[in-house]
Amino acid sequence: MIELRSVQKTFGSNRVLRGIDLTLPKGQSMVVIGGSGTGKSVLLKCILGLVRPDAGTITLDGQDVAKAERDAFLARFGMLFQGGALFDSLKVWENVAFRLMRGASALPKDQARAIALEKLRRVGLTPAVADQFPAELSGGMQKRVGLARAIAAEPEIIFFDEPTTGLDPIMSGVINDLIREIVVEMGATAMTITHDMSSVRAIADRVAMLHAGVIQWTGPVTEMDTASDPYLQQFIHGRAEGPIASVR
Amino acid sequence: MTLTGFLAAIGRPVLAALAGVGRVSLFAGSVLSHLVRPPFYAREFGHALMQIGWFSIPVVGLTALFTGGALALQIYSGGARFNAESVVPSIVAIGMARELGPVLGGLMVAARVASSIAAEIGTMKVTEQIDALVTLSTNPIKYLAVPRVLAATLAVPVLVAVGDSIGIMGGWLVGITRLDFNSAAYLKTTVDFLETWDVLSGMVKGAAFGFIVALMGCYFGMTSGRGAQGVGAATKSAVVAASVIILAANYVLTEVFFTS
Ligand SMILES: Nc1ncnc2c1ncn2[C@@H]1O[C@H](COP(=O)(O)OP(=O)(O)OP(=O)(O)O)[C@@H](O)[C@H]1O
Ligand SMILES: [Mg+2]
Repeated sequence: MIELRSVQKTFGSNRVLRGIDLTLPKGQSMVVIGGSGTGKSVLLKCILGLVRPDAGTITLDGQDVAKAERDAFLARFGMLFQGGALFDSLKVWENVAFRLMRGASALPKDQARAIALEKLRRVGLTPAVADQFPAELSGGMQKRVGLARAIAAEPEIIFFDEPTTGLDPIMSGVINDLIREIVVEMGATAMTITHDMSSVRAIADRVAMLHAGVIQWTGPVTEMDTASDPYLQQFIHGRAEGPIASVR
Repeated sequence: MTLTGFLAAIGRPVLAALAGVGRVSLFAGSVLSHLVRPPFYAREFGHALMQIGWFSIPVVGLTALFTGGALALQIYSGGARFNAESVVPSIVAIGMARELGPVLGGLMVAARVASSIAAEIGTMKVTEQIDALVTLSTNPIKYLAVPRVLAATLAVPVLVAVGDSIGIMGGWLVGITRLDFNSAAYLKTTVDFLETWDVLSGMVKGAAFGFIVALMGCYFGMTSGRGAQGVGAATKSAVVAASVIILAANYVLTEVFFTS
């Protein structure tokens, strides 16, 4: 279980997170929604320790993440970055197998490659791309390679930053199913950022909406449509009129 | 302007510079501490060795060739003022080995390598690849900086030795074609007057310069600002810092090596 208590982060004069309280129960799929630039990506990076919060505490199973042993802590996580963040000096399969070939329990090369090919297949990529370099792939393909890399070592907790952005509807469906599968079958805990409301409905157990630096609304996905929060309703229906200004 | 305002105007850049020196020193300390702790990334090291060492040979060689040739012409015409044209071979050799080989080699490597390291690592930083490394339980300093710094520290002395030889050859070519030296006599004087320490001190300088170049490239790359502009600024800073520090370090090392 991951718990955030009044987490704050400011960049210069830009108060991005102003006191986030959020609980992510083990084995559940949480989807974070919210306007562009509200700090969703920063929130994930705070939990991973890539960005140091100015105030507040983040705990994983009751232990403060800032004090945790970094290697053991990070070994439990997988992360898909918004921009893919593939290593462009390495081939696609080497990207996917990156963690598998390193550390104490490093696998031999051909075994790691076999797993990488299997993960690529799960995100809808053929073995033909395995020996290409990331720069040779389309944006959506890179995104899927990033996804394959995030799930390659079968981590307990997986963060997906906009997994379906830039994908065609069919591929989005495949990825949504995959994320759902990972949570249900592997019992992983997932936190997904998305702007795609059909993804939200397909992936989420719980939804949290970030607005103005705080969690504006959070609850089970089944209550999302009937909730009375005007910010949430404006957001999920994509209305230009409402409490959320359209120029931000 | 008030006195305090004046002092503050002086103090701010001084403090900023000192803070910068502190951060670079901490970074260097961190690189050195990771150097001696496993894991060691052999593949990255091999790749860096090729990039920094092997592919720098043409540029360092050409620089040395022309410098050696020009040096021979200068010493000949300068020496002619007091009938000392015969010192050309020995002065070319000593000048190349002690000073010009390492300094020009170091500067060329700074231009070629500090820039490419800073641009590469800076781009990795702005495209979140460094963050991705961390989440994949890989220390970016160990994975990116250590192989490059080690490769540069080992490769640049060799480059310097290659540059010395080519520079001496440049002087010899000019000597025998333009200055009427006898080829065998030129080479004999070169060998007779050149001491091991002349060459060795230059190679030690080369190692120091290689370390500086890679360290600056990695430091400015890893602290790059956001976007293409950030990478551009990081690249520029890396080359400028590496070049200036090389020249300063060269003076200090020369003091240490050659004044007793
Ligand atoms: N390293 C940083 N330095 C300075 N400002 C930053 C940094 N990272 C993020 N920000 C700022 O924090 C704010 C939130 O950024 P973030 O990337 O979290 O938005 P987001 O909610 O993920 O948006 P999107 O949906 O468009 O991806 C932005 O205003 C951004 O400019
Ligand atoms: Mg984002």
